[in-house]
Amino acid sequence: MSDASLDGAKPRNSLLVADPHTRKRNAAEARFRAYGLGAIVISMIMLVILLSTILGGGVSAFRQTYLEIPVALDAAQLDKNGNRDPQDIRKILTLTYGKILQQALEQTIADKGIAIAGLSDKDVTGMISKEASAQLRNRVLADPELIGQTVTARVLVNGRVDGYYKGRVSMESAARDANTSPAQLQLADALKAQGMLATQWNWSFLTRPDASDQRPEAAGVGIAILGSLYMMLVVLVLAVPIGVAASIYLEEFAPQNRWTDIIEVNISNLAAVPSIVFGILGLAAFINFAGLPQSAPIVGGLVLTLMTLPTIIIATRAALKAVPPSIRDAALGVGASKMQSVFHHVLPLAMPGILTGTIIGLAQALGETAPLLLIGMVAFVRNVPSAPPDGLFEPASALPVQVYNWTQRADPAFIERASGAIIVLLVFLLCMNLLAILLRRKFERRW
Amino acid sequence: MPASWTLLIVLALAGAGYFVTRARVIAQAGGDVRRLHSRPSYHGWNAALLTALPALFLIAIWRFVQPAANVTPVAILALVLAAAGMGLALMRSAPGFRARNAVEATVKGLLILCSSIAILTTAGIVFSMLFETGQFFRQYPWHDFFFGTTWSPRFGGGSQLGILPLLWGTLYISLIALAVSVPIGLFAAIYMSEYATPRLRGVAKPMIEVLAGIPTIVYGLFALITVGPMLRDYFAQPLGLGSSGSSVMTAGLVMGIMLIPFVSSLSDDIINAVPQSLRDGALGLGSTQSETVRKVVLPAALPGIVGAVLLAASRAIGETMIVVLGAGAAARMDLNPFEAMTTITVKIVSQLTGDNDFAAPETLVAFALGLTLFVITLGLNIVALYVVRKYREQYE
Repeated sequence: MSDASLDGAKPRNSLLVADPHTRKRNAAEARFRAYGLGAIVISMIMLVILLSTILGGGVSAFRQTYLEIPVALDAAQLDKNGNRDPQDIRKILTLTYGKILQQALEQTIADKGIAIAGLSDKDVTGMISKEASAQLRNRVLADPELIGQTVTARVLVNGRVDGYYKGRVSMESAARDANTSPAQLQLADALKAQGMLATQWNWSFLTRPDASDQRPEAAGVGIAILGSLYMMLVVLVLAVPIGVAASIYLEEFAPQNRWTDIIEVNISNLAAVPSIVFGILGLAAFINFAGLPQSAPIVGGLVLTLMTLPTIIIATRAALKAVPPSIRDAALGVGASKMQSVFHHVLPLAMPGILTGTIIGLAQALGETAPLLLIGMVAFVRNVPSAPPDGLFEPASALPVQVYNWTQRADPAFIERASGAIIVLLVFLLCMNLLAILLRRKFERRW
Repeated sequence: MPASWTLLIVLALAGAGYFVTRARVIAQAGGDVRRLHSRPSYHGWNAALLTALPALFLIAIWRFVQPAANVTPVAILALVLAAAGMGLALMRSAPGFRARNAVEATVKGLLILCSSIAILTTAGIVFSMLFETGQFFRQYPWHDFFFGTTWSPRFGGGSQLGILPLLWGTLYISLIALAVSVPIGLFAAIYMSEYATPRLRGVAKPMIEVLAGIPTIVYGLFALITVGPMLRDYFAQPLGLGSSGSSVMTAGLVMGIMLIPFVSSLSDDIINAVPQSLRDGALGLGSTQSETVRKVVLPAALPGIVGAVLLAASRAIGETMIVVLGAGAAARMDLNPFEAMTTITVKIVSQLTGDNDFAAPETLVAFALGLTLFVITLGLNIVALYVVRKYREQYE
């Protein structure tokens, strides 16, 4: 019974009309919800912008402009003795091949009757990449019979001309550029109209080594991919057995004492130590103290192993913990030793979780850059390392470090290459993460 | 390569030891394996481990301590050790020999060894940096390092190596990164745990986690080619605040984006750990959902969230690639966020890449910087873990 109804006074509040205080509270509720939704939308937009700028800038690295011209391989210049002796042919340096390519291009321009006002010799020479002569030389060395013939050569063009067809270089910017000129771009357009110049899919980006500052058009991520692969191999061989063994001990055997406590605190702290500190450790311990070679995948792999160990240990322990104690009890009940119960029953059941954690740890290691900078992986490497195990001790690059390397170069064409290398890196990461998700889906077991 | 050949021979000997010993104990038992204490394969394993382990340890230690030395005597010694181990195992093999216990004790020893590697790593980090830092302080006074306000290394002598400008840059950038990531990450976590439908959660959570899986070099490139020029052209130059593409703001913003998933997933766990009964109580008293979150859930989760923020701060302080590509290299103490500044990590990279002279203070200072960084982040982590753990104990 309410006093309000007794004395006949009207109630101050109606259930049907919200009073100002309620309206204020409801508005605050709506605002709060909007903040939350806004935060999620902002982070999604950031993700989209991040990926689209990188992908948008890097896709063009997978296309490359080539010039196809007939080249007369003059025997008088390339093989003076006329006996096609590989030793003699090897003595002819790329300089001569550069001249031959230049003559071939000039011949082509004359044959096709291309006339461009203000076209200088430098424009014609500069049209062809400096890398092209080396490629032609390698082709001749591989097949000396070509000498004396006229072959169709597919040669790389200068990075600026390549950039012109990718929208990076315009006639206006070319006029201000010392490395190209509007006349050179007009020549490229004229050659393109003749069907001799085309921008095509660029496999060599994935296979070629890095190139020097002046030749962005020839740079590729071949050695970087190989180096990253070698390092992942080292991490896989070392981090997985050690990590799994450590987790088994800590989860199944370790007594509750101070030593175990110290190890556990240590592992959780190691997981949060900045990656660059591991680089300092690698430099001091592996290179300065142990005398391992700089820039070698083995050092990078060791550093990354130490870095991924905590991740793998944490994931493996979670997987071991998820196996119900009844399994262990049943094994012990039928007379297995503790060791047998773990290795014959618990470990196989925890395997999917361990695999997933391992792959995620590897993906983390693959994208890590900072520690590799300190152990000399920034070096300029042109020689493809040999197969493991010897190749592990030879200089190599790594994908993320290659990206960093290219961002430090002056030519803007290298930014395109860096974005392209990131695409390669992200594709690898995507594959690894998809594999982890698939494994989890396929083998996940609820107890 | 003799080392890999030795390795192969040792492994082959171990394999041979396994089969020979196994066959031998079966023969000793007259083909009736029930007369053995351990199953035959354990006898085999015992032999294999005895053969391989001492030799392998010898090779590993030798390779690490003296990699350049002549390997032939070591290889011979390793082979002798392997043969001796195999001989010992063969001699001891008898039906009554407790091979399983021997194998299990060895395996347990190996497991303990593996788990000690974490300790070894920490010890390695601390000792390698302490040693080189000691060398540095012998050449450069410590008070000038910790209280100096000028950073100008000169490879010729007369460098001024004060850490304060680097510390300032580090803290300023981390502050901006936290100012971006904490509100966004926290609100995203609140929305996902309290409001979002399962469908939205199923889309948003993986997408935010993708942000966490992207390597930092990608964020660095993003800062360098997109965010930096954008901030310069649309904010810094019109406002007359500077004309540098790399700035504290660039690095801070991008690092903030990187930290969003870190903050949000940690806070998500913590908010979900608050018992439902607290929410039910608040809602039953008539509070709106946002009031429940603000006045009940967040206060209950506060210690955990503080821990998460501290962990994020330690991440921000130790982050390298974003600041290398986004923040610039000029050591400066300035309040203008559109000015290029530098951090401890950037200077570690710049002092240690290239050809190093490990006797010069300009190189050694990197180890002192690294040790400072290690101590700061370690301190933050320990405090954060302590806070988070203490909080978790309340509800579990």
